[in-house]
Amino acid sequence: MPPAASRPRLTVAVTGLNATDSPGPGVAVIRALRETTDFELRVIGLSYEALEPGIYLRDMVDKTYQLPYPTAGTAALLERLRYVQEQENVAVLIPNFDAELYNFIKLEPQLRALGIHTFLPTLEQLEARDKLNLAAFGAAHGLSVPTSRPLYSAAELPTAAETLGWPLVLKGRYYDATVVYTPVQAGQAFQRLSGLWGVPLIAQQFVAGQEINIAGLGDGHGRALSVVPMRKLTITDKGKAWAGITLEDEALLALARRFAEVTKWRGGFELEIMRTAADELVIMEINPRFPAWVYLTAAAGQNQPAALLRLALGLPVPMMEGYAVGKMFVRYAWDLITDHTEFQQVAALGEL
Amino acid sequence: MKLKKNIATSEAGFIFNPATGDSFAANPLAADILARAKAGLDAAAIKADILERYDVAPGQLEKDWDDLLAQLREFNLLD
Amino acid sequence: MKQPYERPTIRKLNAGALNKFGPRAGARPVTALDGVRVDELVAQFGSPLFVLSERQLRRSYQAAMRAFGTRYPQVQLAWSYKTNYLNAVCRTFHQEGAWAEVVSGMELEKALLNGVPGPHILFNGPGKRRADLLRACEVDAVIHLDHADELHLLLDVAAGRARCPRVALRVNLDAGIVPQWDRFGFNLENGEAWQALARIVASGRLELVGLHCHIGTYILQPAAYATAAAKLAALALRCQRELNTTIHYLDLGGGFPSTNTLKGAYLPALDTVPSLDEYAEAITGALLTAGFRAGELPLLVLEAGRALVDDAGSLIGTVLANKRLADGRRATILDFGVNLLFTSFWYDHHLSPTREFSNQTEPTVLYGPLCMNIDMLRESIALPLLAPGDQVVVHKVGAYNMSQWQQFINLRPNVVLIDQASQVHLIRAAETLEYLQQLEQVPIHLM
Repeated sequence: MPPAASRPRLTVAVTGLNATDSPGPGVAVIRALRETTDFELRVIGLSYEALEPGIYLRDMVDKTYQLPYPTAGTAALLERLRYVQEQENVAVLIPNFDAELYNFIKLEPQLRALGIHTFLPTLEQLEARDKLNLAAFGAAHGLSVPTSRPLYSAAELPTAAETLGWPLVLKGRYYDATVVYTPVQAGQAFQRLSGLWGVPLIAQQFVAGQEINIAGLGDGHGRALSVVPMRKLTITDKGKAWAGITLEDEALLALARRFAEVTKWRGGFELEIMRTAADELVIMEINPRFPAWVYLTAAAGQNQPAALLRLALGLPVPMMEGYAVGKMFVRYAWDLITDHTEFQQVAALGEL
Repeated sequence: MKLKKNIATSEAGFIFNPATGDSFAANPLAADILARAKAGLDAAAIKADILERYDVAPGQLEKDWDDLLAQLREFNLLD
Repeated sequence: MKQPYERPTIRKLNAGALNKFGPRAGARPVTALDGVRVDELVAQFGSPLFVLSERQLRRSYQAAMRAFGTRYPQVQLAWSYKTNYLNAVCRTFHQEGAWAEVVSGMELEKALLNGVPGPHILFNGPGKRRADLLRACEVDAVIHLDHADELHLLLDVAAGRARCPRVALRVNLDAGIVPQWDRFGFNLENGEAWQALARIVASGRLELVGLHCHIGTYILQPAAYATAAAKLAALALRCQRELNTTIHYLDLGGGFPSTNTLKGAYLPALDTVPSLDEYAEAITGALLTAGFRAGELPLLVLEAGRALVDDAGSLIGTVLANKRLADGRRATILDFGVNLLFTSFWYDHHLSPTREFSNQTEPTVLYGPLCMNIDMLRESIALPLLAPGDQVVVHKVGAYNMSQWQQFINLRPNVVLIDQASQVHLIRAAETLEYLQQLEQVPIHLM
């Protein structure tokens, strides 16, 4: 690694600092970025709430600014980022939340005009992999996905069960999923999920098997520059990986490469895969951003966030081959210590 | 208006209640009033000073004063 | 010189989000509408006050014509009267070239009084009476048939007439929109529409000129219009082939959204509502590839309402009082409520102050002046520290409010139009008690 002083300085802004029990990927992305040999980094955190743990990780995040919620829209976001840019001269911004991506993608040209580079999927790519469109997406690209159909009312449950079979997976429009085994359970789950997330719900065929996640980086021209598969070893009650291990399996790599090829995916992505007893690989969900465990890619030898940083700046990134197999992560909880004055700064002034 | 004794106020307008752990932000006028109250000025003196310095009718100030007290009570900051 | 005053306020700091303006910016004030100062408007016409921008009305109309007209050879807009039937608004659109789309006998008469020729009036709606049909025949308006009973009633009305009444068939169809609007018109998929078309032609008493469908309201999927247009076009081609009847126009209805944000929507409408160009592309693309012979493309009719008028309307109001609710929340009472702003039942309307404030904001419940619990405009909105007497402007209120407003508890206020030269015209005077009571009669024993 060249000595820090000889590396060019660069400011990067990262969202998703909520390293909680259902973590955002921001802190992991920053940790990986910090290992880049290309730049001397200043890292700006962008948070939505005042108690996102990443804000108080002062050795990881140099300065944090709060952003208006995605619901406030692009105009409010742009105004805030303009202010941040006046203070910080951010060269690259890496968003990490599904819900905020729409706004950041829309603002791409305005951000570029401010000197802020991003490396994001297109709106069409974002839309195509949406839960609601996953079935059509699979059919269009010859990728195996669970059979599913939207449900607008509980009255459609019997027909859905007839075509999809029991048990049935019911998913909320944005978050949340539950497996139901009987019509009564299905009815109750429908009420709960539609109450929380509105309609439509997504009814999905239940697929049994082994859960595998793949973190990848697409160059926007059809190549996956890096692919790292991981099997979850333990999961939390929210279904999040709490420990995982890198795998060697050509079929998994081929699937992720094929995904990048047919979609010309641009940016980080995560494929949630189910490997069935018959060894079929079914794509359960496609996340349009890096996963929260993305630091494992850096630890295994393919630093995806650092590569994305180069892509955003228009620097060449070679195809990454080979990674450490059997590399594990074990997540842990850690109590950060801070003071009420710091909290006041964030909560009242939106900066720390 | 009698603020609880252990309430901490800062120049930036932050208020911290050590008994509950709650933090508050006051706008400039509210911060000014709290600082004067902490310094021992009574309500009449503070109000007279505000009327002197700010463009506000006495009736409006009385109403807003009551509302400020209601907020302080609501937030459990008064004795 | 004394310092400007803003009431003292304290807010509890919590882990939640910033207000939408960010920590250092307040809502931007709107001090003038189309070049006319808000305070002058209020001084002259009182508060509350509806303000319509003629410039924006014309701009929206021309933008819609451009979106469709640059993609398709024959396009006609029919102004949807119920969206806003103030005569000045209707006449602005008629001057621009719009036909009229009406849904009652009353609206039909209004269109005629506004100088619209009968053949340029499209008469929709599920509730036409015999007298309405007679009148429509008399002035040669096109009757959009809604159901079989109406068809038979019209056949009856037509029996004694020298001229065949001109009709179009309203069709409902599956365009992928949920819930499917199947309460208006004849269903396509179950064959009901075809049966009606065959009967119309076979009767020899009606002249079939158009097909109409309207898939819903505030439809956010342009692709649904493409589906509807393709199905309607296929039906028109079948009429030509099997009934030997040329369909002169296809009416794709309206339902295009404005940029008002629906309650419960995750992202603001400004960011998510497709542009009119996307709808135009979907509809005209489907029609151009439907298989009509060159030179035989039917006229494309659109019944735009909300998309033409919503942006042109503003509502100026005044803060009557501030109060604090039992749970500590701030509430502000305005001089207009759901009586005038009917659309606040489904939109989170955007609202601006009319003078500069500091960047302090308070989460506020916005109430109207009615002594009714339903009179709530916003459950929580971050507002600057408004004082009684301050004015606010609600934006994009041109659609439906000036037709669905209620004379309830309060009288309806003045409505003004600001013309393109920034001249202000009163186009509907504030109601008076006399106006309210002029139709009442008190029995003699109660005098």
